[in-house]
Amino acid sequence: MSDERSAPLDDLIARPSPWLDGTGPKADLVVSTRVRLARNLRHVPFTHRARDEQLQGVIASVTNALHRAPSFASGLMLRMNEMSTVDRQVLVERHLVSHELGDGARPRGIFIAPGERLSLMINEEDHLRLQAMASGFQPAEAWAAADRGDDELGQSLDFAFSDEIGYLTSCPTNTGTGLRASVLIHLPALVLLQEIQKVLKSIMQVGLNVRGLYGEHSDVMGNLFQVSNQTTLGQSERESIESLERVARQVIDTEERARERLIRDARVQTEDKVWRAYGMLRYCRQISAQEVINLCSAVRLGVSLGIPGLCPLEIVNELLVLTQPAHLQRANGGELSLPERNVYRARLVRERLAAAEGAPPAPGTASTS
Amino acid sequence: MLCQICGKNQATVHFTEIHDNKMSEIHVCERCAEEKGLQQASQAKQKFDLADKIAEMVDSVTTTEEERVGHVQCPRCGLLYSAFKGTGRLGCAECYQAFQFQLRPLLRRIHGDTRHRGKAPARDGEGVSRSRQMQRLHDELQRAVEREEFERAAELRDEIQTLEREDRAQARVEKP
Repeated sequence: MSDERSAPLDDLIARPSPWLDGTGPKADLVVSTRVRLARNLRHVPFTHRARDEQLQGVIASVTNALHRAPSFASGLMLRMNEMSTVDRQVLVERHLVSHELGDGARPRGIFIAPGERLSLMINEEDHLRLQAMASGFQPAEAWAAADRGDDELGQSLDFAFSDEIGYLTSCPTNTGTGLRASVLIHLPALVLLQEIQKVLKSIMQVGLNVRGLYGEHSDVMGNLFQVSNQTTLGQSERESIESLERVARQVIDTEERARERLIRDARVQTEDKVWRAYGMLRYCRQISAQEVINLCSAVRLGVSLGIPGLCPLEIVNELLVLTQPAHLQRANGGELSLPERNVYRARLVRERLAAAEGAPPAPGTASTS
Repeated sequence: MLCQICGKNQATVHFTEIHDNKMSEIHVCERCAEEKGLQQASQAKQKFDLADKIAEMVDSVTTTEEERVGHVQCPRCGLLYSAFKGTGRLGCAECYQAFQFQLRPLLRRIHGDTRHRGKAPARDGEGVSRSRQMQRLHDELQRAVEREEFERAAELRDEIQTLEREDRAQARVEKP
């Protein structure tokens, strides 16, 4: 891989994703909001049935359309098959591309608008996967950005669509609006008080989907849960967004009440847990990615509860991404063995926290409002 | 996926073969497909002819209702319904038409509904009716007003009026 090609990626990696900056409503509970739209070109077979030259054609058509779309006026176009495995993994860790797109075997690409708030995966399961990200709890704003980007691309691309069943997608679970809206939400108090199962069950009962963020299986890391809409037919995009917003708001309320009880009934134990976690992060000499995520959960809770002296919220968000394996290896200029990674990771965490100590906390991070 | 014949190149030609009433999927590279006379490279027409042949074969071996449904095939991409059932992935936009009777109950099971109530493409393609276009303009107008984008709202209002004028003119032509 040439230096020329990796340079834009260097810029990207140098700073954390801007949509993780800890701003936005309820940013101490809701890490981020994501809206994605699935679209296909009418006259090309879906990605898994298309020949490579047809997929090249899709990339060319989409690139043309991007030039005419103001939402995508400038940005970075990357071709997955021209990237190293580590670089592709970096994009997966930043939630810019899916694991499927990250395999790099077929002509696939990603366009990333400045600030990473809007991106477009090309030739994933569907020809286009438009994604809007926002920091904190902002479903309506993320939807507005995705909607606008989609309208702009739709001016020059002929999307597969039918009046009756809407946008036609490779998998029938996305047929209709092709919309998946999700919020990444931090629920440590509900987990500590063992009320989480009840809450998750009630989310699923109202037709939404919920899963732990990092673990594919039952083990949820960092008390982070992703809540998203499940159906795409019979509801307008706006209705899907509003129903997600409504349910997520109830979950936020429940978590906030649980936190009030936690601080009322077990203040010392809670503060002890938070400060022990902070101490381990601040002084560790080797640490796994999973441990960082779990300890960051306790620190995030502390920041949210307004415990003074901890780091600002954006540092907690930043650590979640920058301590992942591909980011670490990229930042350190090459492959690292597992033990080496743990040492580098510990150093990075210590340095970030040391730099943040003494710095004034970011506005709005000390309250739960 | 690698070519099942040479095992070296990436398999880019995929088809389903039916032999002795048994179905199997074949994945080969462009070169092997050409060498074996399975497909002339980059000639899509040839592929459709092959699809027609498979369809004929399917018809000739159909015995039971279940088999018949499994052998329903998309005329454009050649995907068999039975192959879709295996992977859960449709082959192209046309598959929705080809498998409409099988897909309708499936969509209802997944979504609890079969009717799209969301937005339509900005550029109205082949599948979009006039009324849908009007609906979209009205929706967009409402959103523009909510966002206080009044210039955009004025543009949309003009667009709606133009369409309405055209519809009235059309109605006069049809009713002499």
